[in-house]
Amino acid sequence: MTADITPAVDEAFRAEWGKVVATLIGMTGDWDLAEECAQDAFAQALRVWPRDGIPRRPGAWLTTVARNRALDKLRRHASEADKLRQAAILSPPDDPAGGGVDPEDIPDDRLRLIFTCCHPALRLDSRVALTLRTLAGLSTAEIARAFLTAEATMAKRLVRAKQKIRNAAIPYRVPPAHLLPERTSGVLAVLYLLFNEGYTATVGARLVRHDLCTEAIRLARSLAGLMPDEPEAKALLALMMFHHARRASRVDAAGDVVTLEDQDRSLWDRSEISEAAAILGAAARLAGALSNSGGPVPGSRPGPYLLQAAIARCHATAPTAASTDWALIADLYRVLIELVPSDVVRLNRAVAVAMAEGPTAGLALVDELAAAGALDGYYLLPATRADLLRRLSRAAEAALSYRRALDLAVNDAERRYLANRLAEAQAAAVAGDGSVAPLN
Amino acid sequence: MKYMMLVCADELAELSQAQRALVPAATHEWVTEMKDRGIRLTGDQLSAVSDATTVRVRDAEVLLSDGPFAETKEQIAGFDIIECADLDQAIEVAAKHPVASFGSIEVRPFRQP
Repeated sequence: MTADITPAVDEAFRAEWGKVVATLIGMTGDWDLAEECAQDAFAQALRVWPRDGIPRRPGAWLTTVARNRALDKLRRHASEADKLRQAAILSPPDDPAGGGVDPEDIPDDRLRLIFTCCHPALRLDSRVALTLRTLAGLSTAEIARAFLTAEATMAKRLVRAKQKIRNAAIPYRVPPAHLLPERTSGVLAVLYLLFNEGYTATVGARLVRHDLCTEAIRLARSLAGLMPDEPEAKALLALMMFHHARRASRVDAAGDVVTLEDQDRSLWDRSEISEAAAILGAAARLAGALSNSGGPVPGSRPGPYLLQAAIARCHATAPTAASTDWALIADLYRVLIELVPSDVVRLNRAVAVAMAEGPTAGLALVDELAAAGALDGYYLLPATRADLLRRLSRAAEAALSYRRALDLAVNDAERRYLANRLAEAQAAAVAGDGSVAPLN
Repeated sequence: MKYMMLVCADELAELSQAQRALVPAATHEWVTEMKDRGIRLTGDQLSAVSDATTVRVRDAEVLLSDGPFAETKEQIAGFDIIECADLDQAIEVAAKHPVASFGSIEVRPFRQP
Protein backbone atom coordinates (compact mmCIF):
# COMPACT_ATOMS: atom_id res chain seq x y z
CA MET A 1 0.00 0.00 0.00
CA THR A 2 1.57 3.23 -1.13
CA ALA A 3 -1.18 5.73 -0.42
CA ASP A 4 -0.28 8.50 2.00
CA ILE A 5 -1.54 7.27 5.31
CA THR A 6 -0.93 10.48 7.25
CA PRO A 7 -4.44 11.96 6.86
CA ALA A 8 -5.97 8.71 8.14
CA VAL A 9 -3.68 8.71 11.16
CA ASP A 10 -4.44 12.39 11.74
CA GLU A 11 -8.13 11.63 11.60
CA ALA A 12 -7.74 8.70 14.00
CA PHE A 13 -5.66 10.89 16.28
CA ARG A 14 -8.39 13.55 16.43
CA ALA A 15 -11.15 11.00 16.91
CA GLU A 16 -9.46 8.49 19.19
CA TRP A 17 -6.74 10.17 21.27
CA GLY A 18 -9.04 11.10 24.15
CA LYS A 19 -10.63 7.66 24.19
CA VAL A 20 -7.28 5.84 24.23
CA VAL A 21 -5.86 8.05 27.01
CA ALA A 22 -9.08 7.83 29.04
CA THR A 23 -9.17 4.03 28.79
CA LEU A 24 -5.51 3.71 29.72
CA ILE A 25 -5.91 5.98 32.76
CA GLY A 26 -8.87 3.84 33.77
CA MET A 27 -6.75 0.71 33.47
CA THR A 28 -3.49 1.92 35.01
CA GLY A 29 -4.44 4.91 37.16
CA ASP A 30 -1.27 6.54 35.81
CA TRP A 31 -1.81 9.69 33.72
CA ASP A 32 1.75 9.99 32.45
CA LEU A 33 1.97 6.34 31.51
CA ALA A 34 -1.38 6.61 29.73
CA GLU A 35 -0.22 9.58 27.61
CA GLU A 36 3.13 7.97 26.82
CA CYS A 37 1.54 4.73 25.70
CA ALA A 38 -1.11 6.50 23.64
CA GLN A 39 1.69 8.40 21.90
CA ASP A 40 3.55 5.14 21.24
CA ALA A 41 0.41 3.58 19.80
CA PHE A 42 -0.07 6.42 17.31
CA ALA A 43 3.61 6.26 16.35
CA GLN A 44 3.19 2.55 15.69
CA ALA A 45 0.09 3.24 13.57
CA LEU A 46 2.21 5.52 11.37
CA ARG A 47 4.66 2.65 10.85
CA VAL A 48 2.25 -0.26 10.46
CA TRP A 49 -0.85 1.13 8.76
CA PRO A 50 0.94 1.99 5.47
CA ARG A 51 1.97 -1.68 5.26
CA ASP A 52 -1.09 -3.48 6.61
CA GLY A 53 -3.84 -0.99 5.82
CA ILE A 54 -6.06 0.90 8.24
CA PRO A 55 -7.70 -1.47 10.73
CA ARG A 56 -11.47 -1.83 10.69
CA ARG A 57 -11.75 -0.31 14.16
CA PRO A 58 -8.82 2.09 14.49
CA GLY A 59 -9.79 3.00 18.05
CA ALA A 60 -9.77 -0.58 19.29
CA TRP A 61 -6.48 -1.22 17.48
CA LEU A 62 -4.86 1.82 19.08
CA THR A 63 -6.20 0.99 22.54
CA THR A 64 -4.93 -2.58 22.33
CA VAL A 65 -1.47 -1.44 21.22
CA ALA A 66 -1.36 1.21 23.96
CA ARG A 67 -2.50 -1.30 26.56
CA ASN A 68 0.17 -3.82 25.54
CA ARG A 69 2.75 -1.06 25.63
CA ALA A 70 1.65 -0.20 29.20
CA LEU A 71 2.04 -3.83 30.21
CA ASP A 72 5.54 -3.93 28.68
CA LYS A 73 6.61 -0.81 30.53
CA LEU A 74 5.19 -2.00 33.82
CA ARG A 75 6.87 -5.38 33.45
CA ARG A 76 10.22 -3.83 32.68
CA HIS A 77 10.18 -1.60 35.75
CA ALA A 78 8.17 -3.96 37.88
CA SER A 79 7.80 -2.94 41.49
CA GLU A 80 5.19 -4.37 43.81
CA ALA A 81 2.77 -1.54 43.05
CA ASP A 82 3.32 -2.00 39.32
CA LYS A 83 2.60 -5.74 39.57
CA LEU A 84 -0.72 -4.92 41.15
CA ARG A 85 -1.50 -2.50 38.33
CA GLN A 86 -0.39 -5.10 35.78
CA ALA A 87 -2.81 -7.55 37.28
CA ALA A 88 -5.53 -4.94 37.02
CA ILE A 89 -4.85 -4.44 33.31
CA LEU A 90 -4.78 -8.15 32.62
CA SER A 91 -7.94 -8.85 34.54
CA PRO A 92 -10.52 -6.16 34.07
CA PRO A 93 -13.42 -6.71 36.46
CA ASP A 94 -15.63 -8.10 33.71
CA ASP A 95 -12.98 -10.60 32.69
CA PRO A 96 -11.89 -12.54 35.77
CA ALA A 97 -10.18 -15.20 33.64
CA GLY A 98 -7.58 -12.63 32.67
CA GLY A 99 -7.77 -13.45 28.99
CA GLY A 100 -7.26 -9.86 27.87
CA VAL A 101 -9.69 -7.24 26.66
CA ASP A 102 -12.18 -7.75 23.88
CA PRO A 103 -11.92 -4.53 21.87
CA GLU A 104 -15.72 -4.51 21.55
CA ASP A 105 -15.95 -4.16 25.32
CA ILE A 106 -13.51 -1.32 25.76
CA PRO A 107 -15.48 1.22 27.78
CA ASP A 108 -15.57 4.84 26.71
CA ASP A 109 -13.92 6.45 29.70
CA ARG A 110 -13.86 9.96 28.24
CA LEU A 111 -16.65 11.16 30.49
CA ARG A 112 -14.68 10.12 33.57
CA LEU A 113 -11.66 11.86 32.12
CA ILE A 114 -13.41 15.15 31.37
CA PHE A 115 -15.02 15.34 34.82
CA THR A 116 -11.64 14.71 36.42
CA CYS A 117 -9.85 17.29 34.23
CA CYS A 118 -12.52 19.85 35.13
CA HIS A 119 -12.58 19.08 38.85
CA PRO A 120 -13.21 22.32 40.79
CA ALA A 121 -10.31 21.57 43.17
CA LEU A 122 -7.95 22.31 40.26
CA ARG A 123 -7.10 25.86 39.20
CA LEU A 124 -9.22 27.05 36.31
CA ASP A 125 -6.25 27.49 33.95
CA SER A 126 -5.07 23.98 34.84
CA ARG A 127 -8.50 22.56 34.04
CA VAL A 128 -8.40 24.15 30.62
CA ALA A 129 -4.84 23.00 29.91
CA LEU A 130 -5.43 19.47 31.16
CA THR A 131 -8.58 19.13 29.05
CA LEU A 132 -6.72 20.25 25.95
CA ARG A 133 -3.79 17.94 26.64
CA THR A 134 -5.49 14.71 27.68
CA LEU A 135 -8.81 14.88 25.83
CA ALA A 136 -8.00 16.89 22.72
CA GLY A 137 -4.42 15.65 22.42
CA LEU A 138 -2.83 19.06 21.92
CA SER A 139 0.87 19.10 22.72
CA THR A 140 2.18 21.16 25.61
CA ALA A 141 3.80 23.48 23.06
CA GLU A 142 0.51 23.97 21.21
CA ILE A 143 -1.37 24.75 24.43
CA ALA A 144 1.36 27.16 25.52
CA ARG A 145 1.13 28.91 22.14
CA ALA A 146 -2.66 29.10 22.34
CA PHE A 147 -2.45 30.90 25.68
CA LEU A 148 0.72 32.84 24.86
CA THR A 149 2.53 31.24 27.78
CA ALA A 150 6.06 29.89 27.84
CA GLU A 151 6.16 26.16 27.13
CA ALA A 152 8.03 25.51 30.38
CA THR A 153 5.34 27.32 32.35
CA MET A 154 2.61 25.29 30.66
CA ALA A 155 4.53 22.04 31.25
CA LYS A 156 4.85 22.89 34.93
CA ARG A 157 1.14 23.67 35.14
CA LEU A 158 0.24 20.29 33.64
CA VAL A 159 2.66 18.41 35.90
CA ARG A 160 1.28 20.15 39.00
CA ALA A 161 -2.30 19.40 38.04
CA LYS A 162 -1.58 15.71 37.47
CA GLN A 163 0.35 15.58 40.74
CA LYS A 164 -2.58 17.04 42.61
CA ILE A 165 -4.97 14.55 41.04
CA ARG A 166 -2.74 11.75 42.27
CA ASN A 167 -1.64 13.11 45.65
CA ALA A 168 -4.98 14.53 46.77
CA ALA A 169 -6.90 11.54 45.35
CA ILE A 170 -9.21 13.42 43.00
CA PRO A 171 -11.43 10.54 41.92
CA TYR A 172 -11.42 9.35 38.30
CA ARG A 173 -15.14 9.09 37.82
CA VAL A 174 -18.37 10.62 36.67
CA PRO A 175 -19.66 12.35 39.82
CA PRO A 176 -22.57 10.75 41.69
CA ALA A 177 -26.07 12.14 41.18
CA HIS A 178 -25.96 14.65 44.05
CA LEU A 179 -22.83 16.31 42.63
CA LEU A 180 -23.63 15.86 38.94
CA PRO A 181 -25.58 19.05 38.12
CA GLU A 182 -22.97 21.32 39.71
CA ARG A 183 -20.02 19.46 38.21
CA THR A 184 -21.63 19.29 34.79
CA SER A 185 -22.00 23.05 34.72
CA GLY A 186 -18.34 23.24 35.75
CA VAL A 187 -17.33 21.13 32.74
CA LEU A 188 -19.51 23.20 30.40
CA ALA A 189 -17.95 26.38 31.78
CA VAL A 190 -14.45 25.12 31.01
CA LEU A 191 -15.42 24.25 27.43
CA TYR A 192 -17.13 27.61 26.92
CA LEU A 193 -14.12 29.44 28.34
CA LEU A 194 -11.94 27.55 25.89
CA PHE A 195 -14.23 28.55 23.02
CA ASN A 196 -14.36 32.17 24.12
CA GLU A 197 -10.61 32.38 24.42
CA GLY A 198 -10.48 31.37 20.77
CA TYR A 199 -13.45 33.54 19.79
CA THR A 200 -12.22 36.81 21.28
CA ALA A 201 -8.63 36.38 22.27
CA THR A 202 -8.09 38.42 25.42
CA VAL A 203 -4.45 38.93 24.48
CA GLY A 204 -2.51 39.54 21.35
CA ALA A 205 -2.99 40.94 17.92
CA ARG A 206 -5.49 38.55 16.39
CA LEU A 207 -9.15 38.71 17.33
CA VAL A 208 -10.04 35.11 16.63
CA ARG A 209 -8.07 31.93 17.06
CA HIS A 210 -10.00 29.34 15.13
CA ASP A 211 -7.92 26.40 16.38
CA LEU A 212 -9.18 26.87 19.94
CA CYS A 213 -12.76 27.31 18.72
CA THR A 214 -12.55 24.12 16.68
CA GLU A 215 -11.16 22.15 19.62
CA ALA A 216 -13.85 23.51 21.93
CA ILE A 217 -16.56 22.51 19.46
CA ARG A 218 -15.04 19.06 19.04
CA LEU A 219 -14.99 18.59 22.83
CA ALA A 220 -18.52 19.92 23.24
CA ARG A 221 -19.68 17.53 20.53
CA SER A 222 -18.11 14.59 22.36
CA LEU A 223 -19.65 15.71 25.63
CA ALA A 224 -23.11 16.08 24.05
CA GLY A 225 -22.73 12.56 22.67
CA LEU A 226 -21.57 11.17 26.01
CA MET A 227 -24.40 12.87 27.93
CA PRO A 228 -27.31 12.46 25.52
CA ASP A 229 -29.92 13.35 28.16
CA GLU A 230 -28.26 16.62 29.20
CA PRO A 231 -29.92 19.54 27.38
CA GLU A 232 -27.25 22.00 28.45
CA ALA A 233 -24.47 19.97 26.78
CA LYS A 234 -26.36 20.06 23.48
CA ALA A 235 -27.23 23.73 23.97
CA LEU A 236 -23.58 24.65 24.55
CA LEU A 237 -22.59 22.85 21.36
CA ALA A 238 -25.30 24.70 19.43
CA LEU A 239 -24.26 28.03 20.96
CA MET A 240 -20.64 27.57 19.92
CA MET A 241 -21.67 26.54 16.40
CA PHE A 242 -23.95 29.57 15.91
CA HIS A 243 -21.01 31.83 16.82
CA HIS A 244 -18.47 29.84 14.86
CA ALA A 245 -20.66 29.87 11.72
CA ARG A 246 -20.08 33.64 11.50
CA ARG A 247 -16.29 33.36 11.69
CA ALA A 248 -15.57 34.43 8.08
CA SER A 249 -17.38 37.74 8.54
CA ARG A 250 -16.23 38.86 11.98
CA VAL A 251 -12.98 40.48 10.90
CA ASP A 252 -12.23 42.17 7.59
CA ALA A 253 -9.22 41.67 5.35
CA ALA A 254 -7.21 44.11 7.46
CA GLY A 255 -7.98 42.12 10.61
CA ASP A 256 -10.39 44.76 11.89
CA VAL A 257 -13.59 44.05 13.80
CA VAL A 258 -16.81 44.00 11.81
CA THR A 259 -19.86 44.46 14.05
CA LEU A 260 -22.69 41.96 13.85
CA GLU A 261 -24.80 44.58 12.13
CA ASP A 262 -22.23 45.11 9.38
CA GLN A 263 -21.23 41.51 8.83
CA ASP A 264 -21.66 40.10 5.33
CA ARG A 265 -24.30 37.45 6.02
CA SER A 266 -23.56 35.67 2.75
CA LEU A 267 -20.27 34.59 4.35
CA TRP A 268 -22.03 32.81 7.21
CA ASP A 269 -21.79 29.03 7.20
CA ARG A 270 -25.40 28.05 6.45
CA SER A 271 -24.93 24.33 6.98
CA GLU A 272 -23.33 24.89 10.39
CA ILE A 273 -26.21 27.21 11.34
CA SER A 274 -28.87 24.70 10.36
CA GLU A 275 -27.06 21.89 12.18
CA ALA A 276 -26.80 24.11 15.27
CA ALA A 277 -30.52 24.90 15.00
CA ALA A 278 -31.33 21.18 14.90
CA ILE A 279 -29.12 20.52 17.95
CA LEU A 280 -30.72 23.41 19.82
CA GLY A 281 -34.13 22.04 18.87
CA ALA A 282 -33.22 18.67 20.40
CA ALA A 283 -31.94 20.39 23.56
CA ALA A 284 -35.10 22.46 23.86
CA ARG A 285 -37.30 19.35 23.46
CA LEU A 286 -35.31 17.63 26.24
CA ALA A 287 -35.77 20.63 28.51
CA GLY A 288 -39.31 21.42 27.32
CA ALA A 289 -38.17 25.01 27.39
CA LEU A 290 -38.67 26.81 24.08
CA SER A 291 -41.91 27.51 22.28
CA ASN A 292 -42.30 27.13 18.52
CA SER A 293 -41.61 30.83 18.11
CA GLY A 294 -38.25 30.40 19.87
CA GLY A 295 -39.28 32.18 23.05
CA PRO A 296 -39.12 30.87 26.61
CA VAL A 297 -42.01 28.67 27.75
CA PRO A 298 -43.51 30.21 30.93
CA GLY A 299 -42.92 27.98 33.95
CA SER A 300 -40.18 25.93 32.28
CA ARG A 301 -36.61 26.00 33.57
CA PRO A 302 -34.31 26.48 30.58
CA GLY A 303 -30.61 26.41 31.39
CA PRO A 304 -28.25 29.32 30.71
CA TYR A 305 -26.70 27.77 27.60
CA LEU A 306 -30.11 26.99 26.14
CA LEU A 307 -31.11 30.64 26.48
CA GLN A 308 -27.83 31.91 25.07
CA ALA A 309 -28.08 29.49 22.15
CA ALA A 310 -31.65 30.65 21.50
CA ILE A 311 -30.36 34.24 21.41
CA ALA A 312 -27.52 33.27 19.08
CA ARG A 313 -30.05 31.53 16.82
CA CYS A 314 -32.06 34.75 16.50
CA HIS A 315 -28.96 36.48 15.13
CA ALA A 316 -27.75 33.62 12.97
CA THR A 317 -31.09 33.05 11.28
CA ALA A 318 -32.07 36.69 10.69
CA PRO A 319 -31.80 37.33 6.92
CA THR A 320 -30.71 40.93 7.52
CA ALA A 321 -29.58 42.89 10.56
CA ALA A 322 -32.72 45.02 10.32
CA SER A 323 -35.00 41.98 10.46
CA THR A 324 -33.47 40.67 13.71
CA ASP A 325 -36.19 39.90 16.25
CA TRP A 326 -34.82 42.16 18.99
CA ALA A 327 -37.97 41.96 21.11
CA LEU A 328 -37.55 38.19 21.34
CA ILE A 329 -33.86 38.59 22.14
CA ALA A 330 -34.64 41.10 24.90
CA ASP A 331 -37.20 38.66 26.31
CA LEU A 332 -34.69 35.78 26.31
CA TYR A 333 -32.18 38.02 28.10
CA ARG A 334 -34.83 38.87 30.68
CA VAL A 335 -35.18 35.17 31.54
CA LEU A 336 -31.40 34.70 31.42
CA ILE A 337 -30.89 37.50 33.98
CA GLU A 338 -33.14 35.66 36.43
CA LEU A 339 -30.88 32.62 36.02
CA VAL A 340 -27.51 34.34 35.74
CA PRO A 341 -27.83 37.70 37.50
CA SER A 342 -24.62 39.05 35.99
CA ASP A 343 -24.02 42.63 34.94
CA VAL A 344 -22.59 41.54 31.59
CA VAL A 345 -25.92 39.85 30.82
CA ARG A 346 -27.73 43.03 31.94
CA LEU A 347 -25.56 45.02 29.55
CA ASN A 348 -26.46 42.67 26.69
CA ARG A 349 -30.12 43.03 27.51
CA ALA A 350 -29.72 46.82 27.43
CA VAL A 351 -28.40 46.52 23.86
CA ALA A 352 -31.35 44.31 22.86
CA VAL A 353 -33.81 46.74 24.45
CA ALA A 354 -32.14 49.64 22.64
CA MET A 355 -32.62 47.82 19.34
CA ALA A 356 -36.20 46.81 20.10
CA GLU A 357 -37.47 50.03 21.70
CA GLY A 358 -34.93 52.66 20.68
CA PRO A 359 -31.55 53.92 21.98
CA THR A 360 -33.10 56.05 24.74
CA ALA A 361 -34.59 52.99 26.49
CA GLY A 362 -31.27 51.15 26.16
CA LEU A 363 -29.24 54.11 27.38
CA ALA A 364 -31.37 54.32 30.53
CA LEU A 365 -30.48 50.69 31.34
CA VAL A 366 -26.77 51.24 30.59
CA ASP A 367 -26.67 54.34 32.78
CA GLU A 368 -28.35 52.39 35.58
CA LEU A 369 -25.52 49.85 35.37
CA ALA A 370 -22.86 52.57 35.23
CA ALA A 371 -24.39 54.37 38.22
CA ALA A 372 -24.22 51.14 40.22
CA GLY A 373 -20.50 50.98 39.42
CA ALA A 374 -21.23 47.46 38.28
CA LEU A 375 -18.89 47.04 35.35
CA ASP A 376 -16.08 49.42 36.27
CA GLY A 377 -13.08 48.58 34.13
CA TYR A 378 -15.04 46.58 31.53
CA TYR A 379 -14.54 48.27 28.16
CA LEU A 380 -17.85 47.10 26.68
CA LEU A 381 -19.81 49.29 29.09
CA PRO A 382 -18.42 52.61 27.78
CA ALA A 383 -18.29 51.15 24.25
CA THR A 384 -22.01 50.33 24.39
CA ARG A 385 -22.81 53.69 25.93
CA ALA A 386 -20.82 55.42 23.20
CA ASP A 387 -22.65 53.52 20.50
CA LEU A 388 -26.07 54.47 21.89
CA LEU A 389 -25.04 58.12 22.25
CA ARG A 390 -23.83 58.07 18.66
CA ARG A 391 -27.20 56.75 17.55
CA LEU A 392 -28.83 59.60 19.47
CA SER A 393 -26.50 62.05 17.65
CA ARG A 394 -24.87 63.12 20.92
CA ALA A 395 -21.41 63.05 19.33
CA ALA A 396 -19.39 64.87 21.99
CA GLU A 397 -20.62 62.55 24.75
CA ALA A 398 -20.10 59.57 22.46
CA ALA A 399 -16.48 60.62 21.90
CA LEU A 400 -15.88 60.75 25.66
CA SER A 401 -17.24 57.24 26.08
CA TYR A 402 -15.24 55.88 23.11
CA ARG A 403 -12.12 57.39 24.69
CA ARG A 404 -12.89 55.62 27.96
CA ALA A 405 -13.55 52.29 26.17
CA LEU A 406 -10.30 52.60 24.25
CA ASP A 407 -8.39 53.05 27.50
CA LEU A 408 -9.83 49.79 28.81
CA ALA A 409 -9.77 47.46 25.77
CA VAL A 410 -6.87 45.00 25.49
CA ASN A 411 -7.37 43.21 22.17
CA ASP A 412 -5.61 45.08 19.35
CA ALA A 413 -8.36 44.54 16.75
CA GLU A 414 -11.00 45.86 19.14
CA ARG A 415 -8.80 48.82 20.01
CA ARG A 416 -8.49 49.73 16.33
CA TYR A 417 -12.28 49.56 15.95
CA LEU A 418 -12.79 51.85 18.93
CA ALA A 419 -10.11 54.26 17.74
CA ASN A 420 -11.88 54.61 14.37
CA ARG A 421 -15.23 55.25 16.03
CA LEU A 422 -13.63 57.77 18.37
CA ALA A 423 -12.17 59.67 15.42
CA GLU A 424 -15.60 59.76 13.72
CA ALA A 425 -17.34 60.97 16.85
CA GLN A 426 -14.72 63.67 17.44
CA ALA A 427 -15.06 64.87 13.85
CA ALA A 428 -18.83 65.00 14.22
CA ALA A 429 -18.59 66.84 17.51
CA VAL A 430 -16.23 69.41 15.96
CA ALA A 431 -18.54 69.79 12.96
CA GLY A 432 -21.10 70.74 15.55
CA ASP A 433 -24.03 69.18 13.75
CA GLY A 434 -23.97 66.19 16.07
CA SER A 435 -24.55 63.81 13.23
CA VAL A 436 -22.36 60.84 12.46
CA ALA A 437 -22.60 58.50 9.54
CA PRO A 438 -24.58 55.51 10.75
CA LEU A 439 -22.78 52.19 11.22
CA ASN A 440 -24.39 50.70 8.18
CA MET B 1 -6.65 8.27 51.98
CA LYS B 2 -5.73 10.40 54.97
CA TYR B 3 -6.25 14.16 55.01
CA MET B 4 -5.49 16.85 57.55
CA MET B 5 -8.18 19.46 57.91
CA LEU B 6 -6.73 22.76 59.10
CA VAL B 7 -9.70 24.60 60.54
CA CYS B 8 -9.03 28.33 60.17
CA ALA B 9 -10.94 31.36 61.32
CA ASP B 10 -10.32 34.99 62.07
CA GLU B 11 -10.14 35.09 65.86
CA LEU B 12 -11.33 38.69 65.85
CA ALA B 13 -14.07 38.14 63.27
CA GLU B 14 -17.29 39.80 64.14
CA LEU B 15 -19.74 37.03 64.74
CA SER B 16 -22.93 37.77 66.57
CA GLN B 17 -23.28 36.40 70.08
CA ALA B 18 -25.92 34.03 68.82
CA GLN B 19 -23.67 32.73 66.02
CA ARG B 20 -20.76 32.25 68.41
CA ALA B 21 -22.89 30.36 70.87
CA LEU B 22 -23.88 27.85 68.18
CA VAL B 23 -20.36 26.84 67.14
CA PRO B 24 -19.38 24.47 69.99
CA ALA B 25 -22.61 22.44 69.81
CA ALA B 26 -22.51 22.28 66.02
CA THR B 27 -18.86 21.23 66.10
CA HIS B 28 -19.67 18.55 68.62
CA GLU B 29 -22.42 17.28 66.36
CA TRP B 30 -20.03 17.22 63.39
CA VAL B 31 -17.40 15.33 65.41
CA THR B 32 -19.96 12.74 66.51
CA GLU B 33 -21.23 12.20 62.97
CA MET B 34 -17.76 11.85 61.45
CA LYS B 35 -16.59 9.54 64.24
CA ASP B 36 -19.65 7.34 63.77
CA ARG B 37 -19.01 7.21 60.01
CA GLY B 38 -15.45 6.08 60.69
CA ILE B 39 -14.07 9.19 59.00
CA ARG B 40 -12.60 11.31 61.80
CA LEU B 41 -9.57 9.65 63.35
CA THR B 42 -8.56 12.43 65.70
CA GLY B 43 -8.45 16.17 66.08
CA ASP B 44 -8.52 19.00 68.55
CA GLN B 45 -8.95 22.69 69.09
CA LEU B 46 -6.08 25.06 69.64
CA SER B 47 -5.69 27.95 72.02
CA ALA B 48 -5.58 31.52 70.59
CA VAL B 49 -2.53 32.66 68.55
CA SER B 50 -1.69 35.07 71.35
CA ASP B 51 -0.61 31.96 73.27
CA ALA B 52 1.66 30.76 70.44
CA THR B 53 5.46 30.75 70.53
CA THR B 54 7.47 30.31 67.35
CA VAL B 55 10.77 28.51 67.70
CA ARG B 56 13.72 28.74 65.30
CA VAL B 57 17.28 27.51 65.62
CA ARG B 58 19.90 29.56 63.76
CA ASP B 59 23.65 29.06 64.26
CA ALA B 60 22.88 26.72 67.13
CA GLU B 61 20.99 29.47 68.90
CA VAL B 62 17.37 29.00 69.85
CA LEU B 63 15.36 32.02 68.73
CA LEU B 64 11.89 32.56 70.09
CA SER B 65 9.19 34.91 69.06
CA ASP B 66 5.82 35.60 70.55
CA GLY B 67 2.91 34.70 68.30
CA PRO B 68 2.39 32.62 65.16
CA PHE B 69 5.06 32.10 62.46
CA ALA B 70 3.06 34.09 59.94
CA GLU B 71 0.68 36.95 60.48
CA THR B 72 -2.42 36.10 58.48
CA LYS B 73 -5.99 37.21 58.61
CA GLU B 74 -7.17 33.76 59.56
CA GLN B 75 -5.48 31.58 62.15
CA ILE B 76 -5.50 27.84 62.66
CA ALA B 77 -8.12 27.24 65.31
CA GLY B 78 -8.05 23.47 65.26
CA PHE B 79 -7.38 20.40 63.18
CA ASP B 80 -8.94 17.10 62.29
CA ILE B 81 -7.40 14.05 60.72
CA ILE B 82 -9.86 12.27 58.50
CA GLU B 83 -9.80 9.09 56.46
CA CYS B 84 -11.75 9.39 53.21
CA ALA B 85 -12.25 7.46 50.00
CA ASP B 86 -11.17 10.41 47.87
CA LEU B 87 -11.04 14.20 47.70
CA ASP B 88 -14.75 14.49 46.90
CA GLN B 89 -15.61 12.85 50.20
CA ALA B 90 -13.04 14.98 52.05
CA ILE B 91 -14.61 18.11 50.50
CA GLU B 92 -18.07 16.99 51.60
CA VAL B 93 -16.81 16.36 55.16
CA ALA B 94 -15.01 19.72 55.34
CA ALA B 95 -17.99 21.59 53.91
CA LYS B 96 -20.15 20.19 56.71
CA HIS B 97 -17.84 21.55 59.42
CA PRO B 98 -19.54 24.53 61.11
CA VAL B 99 -16.44 26.74 60.85
CA ALA B 100 -16.53 26.40 57.03
CA SER B 101 -19.54 28.72 56.96
CA PHE B 102 -17.58 31.71 58.33
CA GLY B 103 -13.91 30.68 58.34
CA SER B 104 -12.13 28.35 55.96
CA ILE B 105 -10.83 24.83 56.00
CA GLU B 106 -7.66 23.74 54.25
CA VAL B 107 -7.82 20.09 53.23
CA ARG B 108 -4.31 18.63 52.79
CA PRO B 109 -3.60 15.03 51.91
CA PHE B 110 -0.92 13.28 53.89
CA ARG B 111 2.26 12.82 51.90
CA GLN B 112 2.34 9.46 50.17
CA PRO B 113 5.36 7.22 50.78
